[in-house]
Amino acid sequence: MLLYYSFLRMDAVPTIKRIFKPTVFILCLLPFAWQVWLLLNDSLGANPIEAFTRHSGEWGLRFLLITLAMSPLRRVLQQAWPLRIRRMLGLYAFFYVCVHLLSYIVLDQFFDWREILADIIKRPFITIGMTAFLLLIPLAVTSNRYMMAKLGKNWQRLHRLVYPIAVCGVVHYFWLVKADYYWPTIYAVILVVLLMWRLPVWCTSPSNKSR
Amino acid sequence: MLIKKPDDIKPSEITAESVYLRRREFMQLAAGLALTPFIGGGSVEAKTLQSLKFRTGSAYSSKEAMTDFESIATYNNFYEFGTDKTSPAKYAHLLTTSPWSIVIDGEVSKPGKYNLEDILKQHALEERIYRLRCVERWSMVVPWIGFPLADLIKRFSPTSKAKYVAFETLHRPEEMFGQQRSVLNWPYVEGLRMDEAMHPLTILAVGLYGKEMPNQNGAPIRLVVPWKYGFKSIKSIVRISFTEKQPPTSWNISAPSEYGFYSNVNPQVDHPRWSQRKERRIGEFLRRDTLMYNGYAEQVADLYKGMDLKKHF
Repeated sequence: MLLYYSFLRMDAVPTIKRIFKPTVFILCLLPFAWQVWLLLNDSLGANPIEAFTRHSGEWGLRFLLITLAMSPLRRVLQQAWPLRIRRMLGLYAFFYVCVHLLSYIVLDQFFDWREILADIIKRPFITIGMTAFLLLIPLAVTSNRYMMAKLGKNWQRLHRLVYPIAVCGVVHYFWLVKADYYWPTIYAVILVVLLMWRLPVWCTSPSNKSR
Repeated sequence: MLIKKPDDIKPSEITAESVYLRRREFMQLAAGLALTPFIGGGSVEAKTLQSLKFRTGSAYSSKEAMTDFESIATYNNFYEFGTDKTSPAKYAHLLTTSPWSIVIDGEVSKPGKYNLEDILKQHALEERIYRLRCVERWSMVVPWIGFPLADLIKRFSPTSKAKYVAFETLHRPEEMFGQQRSVLNWPYVEGLRMDEAMHPLTILAVGLYGKEMPNQNGAPIRLVVPWKYGFKSIKSIVRISFTEKQPPTSWNISAPSEYGFYSNVNPQVDHPRWSQRKERRIGEFLRRDTLMYNGYAEQVADLYKGMDLKKHF
């Protein structure tokens, strides 16, 4: 806990707060801005709705994996900044997953709730995608300092949900593609590496900082 | 602003059409490379599509609004050139489509290897405006230029043992770079039952929108079976075989539970992973209801009388 609070204090370092974080914030928003720009300019190809939905989903998955990479990155680089932007990256993962889901509900299905419900029940890739989304909600809601302090140790337990969420995301991708598993495999390999990296930490100190 | 009269412009100042086209293609390729850095590009050589002579006004043509040429020629499933929808338009120009020959073999009285020009000489071309429904739930309306497959079949006189027609796409990995990865079992193969092949709606197409076929749409010659999902309409055909037994088909080999031999468009039979009730017509926002046999029920429903369409999907 002491270590954790020392991080919070270092958050006040002006360069981190005024330059680094805003820069990361803008960078993370660029894929979204770019896709919206292409969509509005009719530059997403012949099937813009499919392209927009697919791209937002890919970015959601990318941000999940980037978020999971921050803890290993901190250890490898021996620097604290990866952990300082981790919450923002995680929230961006949630943001892109929301855009992905809204794109499916609004642009693709246009509020055809009957069809959407049938999809969720009958289509495994949509079931698992929706599961990932629902599991992300409590993480997003409890990502603020107030909830962190309130939940105490349980906060960390709760936020371990990110691992099954990332697995759901990759499986969602695998189950929706036709024949070509090249990209889903790339994401799966990255996820496996990120999870494997945590194994020794989990095994040696189960109650310790396993993030 | 100085506006020159046409006769003021020296011919040397005008960009030749071929250069203009190449520039456009170069820009597209550059954009493509920037977005997909993991796929290598190829040499850039624009293919100017020649106009074709053909009859119009076929009774089989749809009256619906046609999908624009740009969409038809840039949104393709042609895994031989990559699995991305935009890959075929970027890389199919690498394919050599002339000379081209087709092997006719199996249960047929005139087997052999025939030059495409010699085959085409025998057939008058006509326009057929057909709906195209992809198994991925999008659809288009395409003005194909071609001739009935039945006319070709009759000329080669299949024997009485010929119950099916099998088709094969070119296998040339050095020009079709998608074939360098075994996403599907190359070469791509497809097949029809003889009565489906002989049906007047079934055509071999050599062009679209009045011009010869863009490579990415299956040049120089492809099948079009409008009441079946798009993948049945095999592209860049190099072999037509007549068989007694039902021939293997690529997507069926890849995922037997998802893609059957028949693959007739059917809103009542879902793909195991998604509903087939609706489709998005390219260029439209709201999805449409998918029609039985893609709207060709009146013409083809009889072919499948008494068959359990859930079993023979």
